[in-house]
Amino acid sequence: MLAKLPEPVEIAGGVHWIGALDPDLRTFDLILKTANGTTYNAYAVRGPEGVVVVDTVKEEFSEEFFTRLEQVADYDEIRAVILNHLEPDHTGAVPELMRRAPHAHIFCSVRALKVLTALLKDELDNYGYTLTDTGDRCSLSGRPISFVNTPYLHWPDTQCTFLEDEKLLFSGDVFGCHFCDDRLYNDRVGDFRFSFEYYFKHIMRPFKRWVLQAVDKIEPLAPELIAPAHGPILRDNPLSYVRSYRTLSNSYLPNEVEGREKSLLVFYMSAYGATADMAKAVHDGASSVEGVRVSLYDLQGGETEPFVDLIESADGLVFGSPTVNGDAVKPVWDVLASLISIETRGKLGGAFGSYGWSGEAVPMIEDRLRGLKMRVPAKGLRIKFHPTDKELDDCRDYGRTLAESLVGKAKPKVVDFADL
Amino acid sequence: MAKGKLSFTDIDVTVTVPAGTRVIEVSEKVGAGIIYGCREGDCGTCLMKVEGGMEYLSEPTALEDKVLKENMAGKDMRCACQAQVLGDGEVKVHPA
Ligand SMILES: Cc1cc2nc3c(=O)[nH]c(=O)nc-3n(C[C@H](O)[C@H](O)[C@H](O)COP(=O)(O)O)c2cc1C
Ligand code: FES
Ligand SMILES: [Fe+2]
Ligand SMILES: [Fe+2]
Repeated sequence: MLAKLPEPVEIAGGVHWIGALDPDLRTFDLILKTANGTTYNAYAVRGPEGVVVVDTVKEEFSEEFFTRLEQVADYDEIRAVILNHLEPDHTGAVPELMRRAPHAHIFCSVRALKVLTALLKDELDNYGYTLTDTGDRCSLSGRPISFVNTPYLHWPDTQCTFLEDEKLLFSGDVFGCHFCDDRLYNDRVGDFRFSFEYYFKHIMRPFKRWVLQAVDKIEPLAPELIAPAHGPILRDNPLSYVRSYRTLSNSYLPNEVEGREKSLLVFYMSAYGATADMAKAVHDGASSVEGVRVSLYDLQGGETEPFVDLIESADGLVFGSPTVNGDAVKPVWDVLASLISIETRGKLGGAFGSYGWSGEAVPMIEDRLRGLKMRVPAKGLRIKFHPTDKELDDCRDYGRTLAESLVGKAKPKVVDFADL
Repeated sequence: MAKGKLSFTDIDVTVTVPAGTRVIEVSEKVGAGIIYGCREGDCGTCLMKVEGGMEYLSEPTALEDKVLKENMAGKDMRCACQAQVLGDGEVKVHPA
């Protein structure tokens, strides 16, 4: 099963798979586990006027790619090179391909130009290129081709290419997965459902909003064959994979108060109870605001991953941490570090905590929340050692302010820059 | 020194700022929803909509013009990490 495929494979009229197999890969892009290795799928499309190459492979696999390409085309027949995504796993052979193919013209998205420039450097001046956008149509080598811009799936540059006469979508990273099996087709390879979902969760999940926009553009094309840049080629029921992208873009924990109430989650850790007392007061203050469902969690009693699922469908997050050795505590950082796999942009954030003398935890958490593209509308609350009754009132005020801001009840404010 | 007004309509906060202040310096402090990536006019993450008072913002530099074009930004859009408040009027902004 894992032997190297010798020949290019014809997957549609005049269209050959000319990619490469990487069965031994076990980690991709530092963050993904790949129990079954991966494939770098590239394609050659032959038309009456020449050949179009769609994507290439990771650099180490260039020879495998060129060997397959040479079996279906001569370099001087290549009229166009379409780059759906400029990450190195698909562009490793591009510089050499451009040197070898004297008539090749590059097609990539507007936002890919920067990466293309970084890839080809001064050599780019020797080549022609066209920047594409959704709906652009052209005849390449005599085949009707159109483009669908799919930003952030997986980089800002990403697009899909549609071969209209075969209803074939070259989808780039979209609908891909890391699963190497030389039988190539989804109805012939081993069970890759787990890999498909795992790939979605790690690569597409932070960009769900963009996934839904892409699916809206792709569904009307009704592709009869989907040829992604990684993993099996989807010829059996290809639309079911498009639909599953829609389903997977729903929250893992649907929010039952969505639309009626905003949800605010208060997380805390506490060694001697000071930050815990603050947390309860923040919770109580926030709960006094109508239209907000407030929940309190002690991070010490939970694991990171379910909290991440919970956070994905929440509107606001507040973290309480004592300052320990000049820092917030590790479980708080574990949760904050794990939030790269979901979309946090635009959520409301806050931080509070008890401290002894320097109190670094709160501003550090606030910086991280801003780094996660959240809005932090009220200055975080720090209290020295155990809160007094008066200080617990401050905690309740802080919770109330956050909750009011969440439901848009914050009073209009006019302030001077110097007082910020 | 001339002063200008900068309003963040998503959070209903208006700040009086000295002329020459960049929007980013203010919006982060008040917790407005505008977000940032590179912070130096390269990525377009900080695109914001200017609802009013565009004439009280500095003209886009060549750098900002480039990133606005790359991101296919509308006429009422600016980069919050680049645009400076000029003073003598009110600028109203919200996240793109
Ligand atoms: C999965 C992935 C996501 C990335 N996300 C970003 C990003 O959000 N912003 C950015 O500036 N670069 C991003 N990059 C680009 C990398 O920072 C860039 O390719 C860098 O040169 C990699 O450095 P390395 O060779 O040390 O890994 C991303 C790269 C990968 C592989
Ligand atoms: S933050 Fe990157 S352009 Fe402003
Ligand atoms: Fe990618
Ligand atoms: Fe990829």
